[in-house]
Amino acid sequence: MTSDLTSATVPGPATEAPGADVEAFDPVTATTDGDTVTTDADTVTTGAAADHPSTAAVTNSGVTPPTAHVAPPPVQSARAKAIERTVGVLALVGTGFTVWLGLWVTPPDKVQGDLVRLVYIHPGVAWVALYLAFGLAAVSSLLYLWPRTRSLFWDRLAAAAVEVGVIYNICTLVSGSIWGKPTWGVWWAWDARLTLTAVLLVLFLGYLALRRIPAEPEVRARRSAFVALFAALDVPLVHFSVDWWNTLHQGATVLNPGLSLKIHGSMAWTLLLGFVALTLAFVWMLLVRYRIGVLEDWLDANELDMALAERQSEGGGPVGGLAGAPTRGPAADRVGAA
Amino acid sequence: MWRDAALVAGKDLRIEGRSRVGLSQVAPFGIVALVLFAFALGPDRDVMAKGAPGLFWVAILFCTVLAIQRSVSVESSDGARDGLRLSGIDPAGLFLGKATAVAAQLVVLELLLGTGVVVLYGARIEVAWMIVVSCVLGTIGLAATGTLYGALSSGLRVRETLLPFLFLPIAAPVLLAGTRVFQAAMAGGTPSDGLQWLRLLALFDVVYVAVGIVLFGPIQETA
Repeated sequence: MTSDLTSATVPGPATEAPGADVEAFDPVTATTDGDTVTTDADTVTTGAAADHPSTAAVTNSGVTPPTAHVAPPPVQSARAKAIERTVGVLALVGTGFTVWLGLWVTPPDKVQGDLVRLVYIHPGVAWVALYLAFGLAAVSSLLYLWPRTRSLFWDRLAAAAVEVGVIYNICTLVSGSIWGKPTWGVWWAWDARLTLTAVLLVLFLGYLALRRIPAEPEVRARRSAFVALFAALDVPLVHFSVDWWNTLHQGATVLNPGLSLKIHGSMAWTLLLGFVALTLAFVWMLLVRYRIGVLEDWLDANELDMALAERQSEGGGPVGGLAGAPTRGPAADRVGAA
Repeated sequence: MWRDAALVAGKDLRIEGRSRVGLSQVAPFGIVALVLFAFALGPDRDVMAKGAPGLFWVAILFCTVLAIQRSVSVESSDGARDGLRLSGIDPAGLFLGKATAVAAQLVVLELLLGTGVVVLYGARIEVAWMIVVSCVLGTIGLAATGTLYGALSSGLRVRETLLPFLFLPIAAPVLLAGTRVFQAAMAGGTPSDGLQWLRLLALFDVVYVAVGIVLFGPIQETA
């Protein structure tokens, strides 16, 4: 998690996309006469992409502005950027302190020894995964479906929450397994809470799989919101059923992993800090993922126009009949011929 | 709503009666699954009798996926979906009708597989009414959730692979509850344990049937 946080200032993938597009078209340009134009376009695009992405596609030829219309990418406001950075830095510092306190300052437990240090991580990620992330996803999906609050904001928020939540969910299962092996003697027990966590993971992996299917943003948003809603309705039912399932099976004695331990002062503080740091890290990833989601939608809508604009400028100006041609097939043919 | 439901269910069952896909493909698949489970668990009849409740419900779950895919695919060609929407049929009625048709096929399957479980695995039923009630409640729940997901995935080219992935985890409570009721109602179980599971099944049904009645219209517009 710490290593993720260090990448706070790296620009999102979508802002780099114009440069990538030019590279993809390079081989074709080499066969025409555009060697110098290509390098020119390359430097202009990649140089401008970070600061003035909107101008990159328009000015790269330097001769004639391309005729295909490209909407400028959404730019993050200064305030949003500041918030994102601040949360990122706080999360990084919090996580750093948690690691330091958890590994060096706090004492080992009498019964569990160093294993007890997992208590600074495991409940924290579990809280984010099971309550915060999936709760947020359920609420925002509902708000999307509610006609009065319908906005793609809620859809993107739900998607970001599920995606980050799934990572936290996996972390929960992995850290739980690492803890379970030495204390219970098994990597996995069909305990009610473990089972519920696993079912949640599968439910929301399904949600993500559904989102990956290409569709109009509104269609995808509605579809995903319905699936998130059905899954959220299922959670209490799964909760009851695995609870009874397990208690009928072996009695709820398993899941009490040393929580009866006497919490030392520094341990309590570290535990609390861990919760805060992991929550902040979640919020930071949520913000970044939301921003990437906005850029992804923009790229989806403008990818083709952008490629066309690049192509036209490489040829030294608009090719006859190409202006505004919306389809890829004929356009590519014409440029190839030119 | 009820009249529309009866119409749609009648239509789906008539298609089924003429094409016999369920009878000639889905039901044999269920039997194959039972035989494969027997191979997997070995010839020990005690083990198989113990596993019978779970195996029965897993087989039913898999058959439900097939039945739902069939139920979706009869609407997928010749603009049948648009035709249904144009016909002015109440979406809630459409939902109930499609779910009823699936449920009717599932009931037939359950009779068949139930017999198979008794004959092949040597399971002994002690409290018959519990078995029947759990089958009815489980069928309603599976048909309702399946129809919802079927409608959601109906417009997608990848629905064959996506539907089981989305539907099966949702149906986990039905599998758990159905299995527990069977265990309680079969030889060696305590019947009183089954009651709370029946309540859970009923709750599952109420939730998803209600959701279907309310949301099937918007879902259809999405697909």
